[in-house]
Amino acid sequence: MSGYLTGVLVVLAFNVIAAYAVYLPMAAGQLNLGIAGFMAIGAYGAAFLTNEYGWSMLAAVPVASAAAGLVGLVIGFPVLRTHGIYLALATFALGQVIAAVFLNLEVVGGAAGYTLSAYAGPYVVFAAAIGVVLVMLYLSRTRFALYLTAVKSDPTVADLMGISVRGVQVAAFALGAMVAGFGGAFYALHYNFVEAQHFNVLLSVFTVLYVLFGGAQTVWGPLAGAMFFTLAPEALRFGEQWRYAIFALFIILFMAIRPQGLITTSLFQGFRRRSNEASP
Amino acid sequence: MSSQATSTGGAAPEAAPVALAVTGISKSFAGVHAIRNLSFVARKGEATALIGPNGAGKTTVFNLVSGVYGVDAGAVTVNGVDVTHMPSRRRIGCGIARSFQNVRLMDHLSVLENLLVGQHIRAASLTDLLTPYRLFPNHRWRQEARQALADNGLERYANETVSGLPYGVRKRVDLVRATLAGASILLLDEPAAGLNPSETNDLRDHLNLLVAQGLTLVIVEHDMHFIDSICSNVVVLNFGEKIAEGPLSVVRQDPEVRRAYIGDGEN
Ligand SMILES: Nc1ncnc2c1ncn2[C@@H]1O[C@H](COP(=O)(O)OP(=O)(O)OP(=O)(O)O)[C@@H](O)[C@H]1O
Ligand SMILES: [Mg+2]
Repeated sequence: MSGYLTGVLVVLAFNVIAAYAVYLPMAAGQLNLGIAGFMAIGAYGAAFLTNEYGWSMLAAVPVASAAAGLVGLVIGFPVLRTHGIYLALATFALGQVIAAVFLNLEVVGGAAGYTLSAYAGPYVVFAAAIGVVLVMLYLSRTRFALYLTAVKSDPTVADLMGISVRGVQVAAFALGAMVAGFGGAFYALHYNFVEAQHFNVLLSVFTVLYVLFGGAQTVWGPLAGAMFFTLAPEALRFGEQWRYAIFALFIILFMAIRPQGLITTSLFQGFRRRSNEASP
Repeated sequence: MSSQATSTGGAAPEAAPVALAVTGISKSFAGVHAIRNLSFVARKGEATALIGPNGAGKTTVFNLVSGVYGVDAGAVTVNGVDVTHMPSRRRIGCGIARSFQNVRLMDHLSVLENLLVGQHIRAASLTDLLTPYRLFPNHRWRQEARQALADNGLERYANETVSGLPYGVRKRVDLVRATLAGASILLLDEPAAGLNPSETNDLRDHLNLLVAQGLTLVIVEHDMHFIDSICSNVVVLNFGEKIAEGPLSVVRQDPEVRRAYIGDGEN
């Protein structure tokens, strides 16, 4: 594999993981605009544990992701009291606060950044991303995923059916935070350097865009969205100066024509019906 | 068998135990009384009708009993448990489930998945939550849901996404979902609305079967023939107040009921 291709695929892997971190709460109807903050917790957590305590990656990554998940859980309860634009604002602010904390934390280098000695190669990163996709596929086959959709679709009725709407929402938010932390941990371990400035608003917003573009109705949407956003700009390299403008224009047009995203449930049903008709 | 625990007079001659008791409930929205000091009981294994002109407060009663809204005054007792201050989410666990007048299914889910949501209260363990049931076509919860569809002649819709289905089908799926909670009391808000005559007949047979099985039904319905063939007791509401109660044949002779329905074209 060429160095260029490997580099692109590593970025893709991180984008896929991040997309699923946003997807989980979004499947339950919650917009998390602060996903970069949770990535930062995972990244700094893994960096700190491997550097200062000499932990192995195998121990540092789960603990760092769990820490991100825990912060998501604790903060999810009050934050998820808000809805719509207020929730977006609250999570946005949260992401900023987390990044600001790391920016000012001298034990992890502050604004100068923090260099790691442990290293995760590209294949480890690929395996991590594939692992996340597999776990998501598994979850999508369970009642948990069903309840995410139910809670998003009609919280009043879900509640009357006995489903804990807040429980489901907080769980999705915290799980998403954990996935973000997982991705962040490998990000730090792969690039061997973390700086708080990387985990900025743009990173959060872009990740949300992957999911909106790919579609939040099915588990395949985030994967499709992350692939498109990572690979399409590379494919457009011929028109170097205009590629981002062309790309942005395309996104705007696409979202206007297909606001529910690339991959939808009705798309799958269409496939299913066609294959049913084909078989006797 | 004589349970005189409630304050409502004029109960059925051989009274079955009380399943649902509503005692002196009131509710107002922005100063407008939607329900005023309403009391009635639904007895076990019987179908009770809740009728009244448009805007009388029938749906509001269901919303108060299921906990969508809290009551301003009064009490609601379900299978002997006072649920007045119980969160809405926990009431289904006391054995009460409901359907919705304006069908409220989860649009992006298939019919079968909607029914699986309806089973939640009986499938609430962590194992149930995390079992990848979709990998097993014959998983027991799916089997059960499919059977329930078959019992209602709806099996061919199992995998259809709800949003694309005709109203009559959605209406019936909404009812099937309510039955899958395993509740002993069902609140059905205009279950026959939008159904064609043959579908209405099937529904009547199905509801009578449920009653024969010992379920308690409370039915809001405008079709008096439908009510006549299922319900032994009728509660009449007008402007949020009970104006009559008894068997339909008696209630429809009541002068106040006739007055309430003038211009409504139903009586
Ligand atoms: N959430 C609410 N906010 C304000 N007013 C309400 C609300 N719910 C019900 N009402 C009012 O309460 C009254 C009773 O409404 P309800 O829906 O219970 O009537 P209904 O008997 O079910 O009528 P219909 O036969 O048309 O279904 C109406 O005047 C209605 O406007
Ligand atoms: Mg109504």
